[in-house]
Formats: sequence, C-alpha cells, structure tokens
Amino acid sequence: MQIFDRLKERFGMSGSGLAMADKNPWGGSGSKGDGESSSGDNSEGGGSDGPRNPWLPGGGSGDGKRRSASIEDIFKNRGPEGPNRGGSGGGPNFRMPERPGGGSWLPIIIALIVLVGLALTSMHLIQPKEKGVVKTLGAYTRTLDSGLNFTFPYPIETVEIEDVEGVRAVNIPASGDSAKLILTGDQNLVDLSYIVRWRINDLADFKFQLAEPIETVGEVAEAAMRASVAEKTLDATFTGAGRAEIQQAVRERMQETLDAYRAGIQVVGVEIAKADPPSEVVDAFRDVSVAEQNADAARNLARGYAQQTIAGAEGEAEAFDKVYEQYRLAPEVTRQRLYYETMERVLGQTDKTIVEAEGVTPYLPLPELRRRATPPAPITAQAQPTEQGQ
Amino acid sequence: MEALWNNYRWAIILVGLLIIGLMMSAYIVNEEEQAVVVRTGEPVRTVNTPNGVTGPGLYFRVPLIESVRKIEKRVLDLEMTDEEVLSNDQQRLLVNAYARFRIVDPQRMIERAGTTEGVRVALEPILNSALRQELGRRTFAAMLTAERGNALANVKVNLDREARQYGAEVIDVQIKRTDLPSGRPLESAFQRMESDREREARTIRAQGTRDARIIRAEADAEAARIFANAFGKDAGFYDFYRAMQSYDETFRKAREGENGRGESSIILSPDNEYLQQFRGRR
Repeated sequence: MQIFDRLKERFGMSGSGLAMADKNPWGGSGSKGDGESSSGDNSEGGGSDGPRNPWLPGGGSGDGKRRSASIEDIFKNRGPEGPNRGGSGGGPNFRMPERPGGGSWLPIIIALIVLVGLALTSMHLIQPKEKGVVKTLGAYTRTLDSGLNFTFPYPIETVEIEDVEGVRAVNIPASGDSAKLILTGDQNLVDLSYIVRWRINDLADFKFQLAEPIETVGEVAEAAMRASVAEKTLDATFTGAGRAEIQQAVRERMQETLDAYRAGIQVVGVEIAKADPPSEVVDAFRDVSVAEQNADAARNLARGYAQQTIAGAEGEAEAFDKVYEQYRLAPEVTRQRLYYETMERVLGQTDKTIVEAEGVTPYLPLPELRRRATPPAPITAQAQPTEQGQ
Repeated sequence: MEALWNNYRWAIILVGLLIIGLMMSAYIVNEEEQAVVVRTGEPVRTVNTPNGVTGPGLYFRVPLIESVRKIEKRVLDLEMTDEEVLSNDQQRLLVNAYARFRIVDPQRMIERAGTTEGVRVALEPILNSALRQELGRRTFAAMLTAERGNALANVKVNLDREARQYGAEVIDVQIKRTDLPSGRPLESAFQRMESDREREARTIRAQGTRDARIIRAEADAEAARIFANAFGKDAGFYDFYRAMQSYDETFRKAREGENGRGESSIILSPDNEYLQQFRGRR
C-alpha cells in the first residue's frame, strides 16, 4: 500500500498536462489503482471519448484538458536523470512507450506486484499485546515480540500473529443455551453458570499442540467443573466458601489438564456467576428460607415476651419490697390503711346494696341497671353519621 | 528483449522447466502437520511424525508418481454422543465423555482408517462401550465422584490399545458430563429434592417454635423465682397485699366505666368485715 501512495505522490508532481496516449496500458481497469481516483471522476471531468485513466486526479479538469500523468510519463520524465529502474522488464530501453506494443509493460507491473507482495509478507508490525510465530519452510523457528519485525518473504517464512496478553472469557453454558444442571455429590442438581478466563501462555504450543485449542478450553472447563461439583454437597455450592473452593479446584484441575496437553494456555480465573437450584424446585428452596425467617420471628417474639415478663416480675417484686419495708415498721396500721383504701376504691365506684336484716327481700333495681347500660350505644350510633356528614 | 530471447533461448527454457519441475516435486510440511508420501497408492515414507526423525520443512517427491497426503499432527478431539450408562445398582446416568488423541503412525492410519475422520468413526463406538463397561461396574455414587479418575484411567488404557491399531495414540479421556436422563429419573430427583427441602423447612419451623417456647418458659421460671424471692419473706402479708391488689383489679372495669360508675353491684351483709364500724360497734 505504501508503494501505491508513493506512486500517487509522484503522479501529482509530474502532472504536466501531457495528452494521453490513446493506447493506455492500464486500459479500462480502473480498479487497479486505488480508490481515490475512481473512474467516475474521469468520465465526468474528462468528458472526452478517450479511454478511462485510473490515475487521473479528480476535480482538476474543468477545462476539459487532461492534466493527468500516465505511468509512461513518469518513466519518461525520470528516465534520463532519475535512477535506473533496476533491470526490471523494461530493460534499458526507455523509448518503450513510443512503441505501439503497449503490452510490453506487463513485466514491470508483475514485478511491482511481486515487490509489494514481498514487502507485505516480510514486514510485520506486531502490536504490544501480540506475538507472532515464524515458520521457516513450515518449521517453527522463532517467536516474534511486538514491534516491527522482518522475515523472509512469503513462501520461505510465514508469520501468524495472535493476541497473547488479552484475557479471553468463555461463558458456560453459552448464553443461548438453556440451563445445564450439574449433579452434586449428594445426588442433587444445581443450575450453575460460570465464566472461565484464560490467556495464551506459550504461543508456539498454542498453535502447534492442539488442533482446536479454544474448544478444548470449554470442554476441559466443563469436565473440571462437573468433577469439582461432584465432590461437594448441594448446600456447599450455594455458600460463598463452597463456591470459592469450587472455583479454585476447577482452576487447578483445568490448568493441570491443559498443561498435560501442552496447550500453551494459562487459566486466569474461574468465576461462578450463578449457582441456583433448578427452576423446577425453586419454590421448595424459597420455602426453606421463609421457614428460617419464620423461626427467627418466633424466637424474637419469645425473647420480647421474656424481657417483658422478667421486667414485670422485677417491678412487681420491687414494689412489694418497698411496701413490705413500710409494713414491717408498723404492721397493724399499714394493714388497716391498705384495707380501707382498697375498699374505698372498690366500693366507691360500685352500686351497693346492704341487706340489713334477715327476712328482708332486697330489691334489685334491674330496670335501672339496664337503663344505665344502654346510653353508650346511641352515642356511638350518633357519632358515625356526623363523621360521614363532614 | 528479443535479443535476449534469441541469445539465451535455451537457457530460459531450461530455467522455466526447472522451475516447473521444482514446483511439482517440492512440498512444505508445516509444523502442525505430518505427511505421508504415497507412491502409486502405497505409503512409502513419512515426514514429521511425532516419533519420527524428520522434522517439518521443505521436502521433495518424484513428480507424478508420488503424491503427498498431509495429516494433522496436533492433538485431536474425539467427542462421544450422550450415552446412557446403567450403574450396578440399576440407576441410569447420561454420560458424555471426550478423548484426546493424536496420530502417531500416519502410515498405518492411512492403511487402516483412511482419514482422521475414519479414526474417529472407528474409535467412537469403542470409547462408548469401554466407558459403559467401566462405569457399569460401579455404583451410582461412585460414578459421580470417587473412583472417577481410576475408571477413566482404565478407559484410557482400553481405548489406547484399540487406537494403536489405527496409528493413533490416546492422550486423555475425560468425562465431560454426567446427567440424569430426562423423564422419570430426572423427575424423581426433583421430587426428592423438593421433599428434602420441605422436610428441612418443617424442621426449621419446628426448631423455631421449640426455641420460642423454651425462651418463654425460662422467662416464666425466672419471674417465678423473682416473685418467690420477694414474697417469700412474709407469706401472710403477701396474701393480704395481693388480695388487695386483686380486689382492685377485679373491680377495675367498674371503676373505669363509662360514666365513672361501675356496673357491678355488691350486696353487703352488715356483718361484713368492712362494715364492722358501720353501727358504731367497737
């Protein structure tokens, strides 16, 4: 690409307004140039019946006169004083364009393409996160670090570049999949989803040891996870500590297996994203936590009752103690006083009937009692309508 | 140009032929592949096999007579289909395993299996039956956990023995999944889990009730102790004191009645203790 850019610059400098030769070696193949000088520009600006020139700069041809340069112009201009084009197909004969045989430029074009190809396959700009493996005639020879690197061109050396620093994540089960149930050690099922994060440890191993390294990570993860969960009880998979243990076990197991495969992969971490009971039985599990709360509530209520009871008892006992202290100082008088005070309170508020002599039938004022019992009812009955009326 | 052609015609033709010949006879074996050279249908030599002496690189063959077949050298994946395995306590388990293998003798592989795909096809039923056989000897619980590694080592040995006949080497066998088959076994597992949880919930509730009762009873006992401690000092006075409180309490409703008057009626005999002074008696 850089070479094309450079060519374009040169064309711009040498735009001497020479008329195009009728026989343009580029023919109508506008796609051979780069995108900027599209053939649409040509037909618009040129407006002539000449062949399309892919190298024509767009927009600068309002007067209908072509200010373009062909590849022949360049070589013509450069010919005498510029450096020799290095023995390619054109040979020493710079009068070539004037010959009717335009096809004679073909070798130069082929040479250019080959040169570009060689440049592209021998220069490798490797990003900081990346590394590249070099195969010399198919055999792995070295690993390229980041930066600009040079190798022999294509058929001799090939380079495969891979991001080695970036941590990749695998979701299991994959987001589209339905829940995958895993059997626990106590033969229960748990709905588990987790993320495995890994990166390339050794690029050569990663490239040359496993045919499908990325799929392998997923499979190894699944095997390790199921083996680890099978060592735990269902309840342990729900607790934080149990989960941490599972994560650790899976990571170690995976690393061991991948190292045995010489996969060149390092497992950075395994995180359990979700560990739930299967949806079919989730209600029963919820009921357990509800039961726990119920039990706690019952205990709390009982504790409240206990505090109240004991405080009450203490108060009562304390009150008795105080009175008893006074009573001991003057037992008889205190006793009498308490008795009369109580009787006053009790009898002062109640209806009393004293039956004087035997044989007298007391009259119980039952209608009066009833009358006294009724008044409250109308009062409440009246209160409601007024409230509604407001 | 024409002069060049005229002067060096034979040289150019010779170079051209050489290039064409080179292209027909040279071949590159990559790091990740191994190659078998087949001469008229018969494998004659190998390049870059895992245990061979030759490495990857540029090699030559006799054009037209010899052809080159390239075979994956890296570790390949053999995945089995879900297989229902019966444990020796008659429980069903859906098992899914995978094996990792590598072609170590490509010449034999080409003769016996043709392609790596052929090796897979040949090995898969063997893996299935080896696994079924090995796991079928164990109990359901053992299938899940403890002897897993042991069983898999046996499966690996069995499978490897078979794989050698196809020029392959088995590196590892792992159980990827052990699931309960859908339908009855899965449903009964759910039922068991559900009843398990119900039992747990019930136990927790009962424990809560038990704890609550104990807490209340302890409080009651403590209150009784406090009362006994205080009142035991003078049982006679307590009887009187408490009786007074009790009267107050019993007629409280009356005292706090609607119009300040109680609804209770008390019929007193003049002989009543309270009224003993009523007649000025002394």
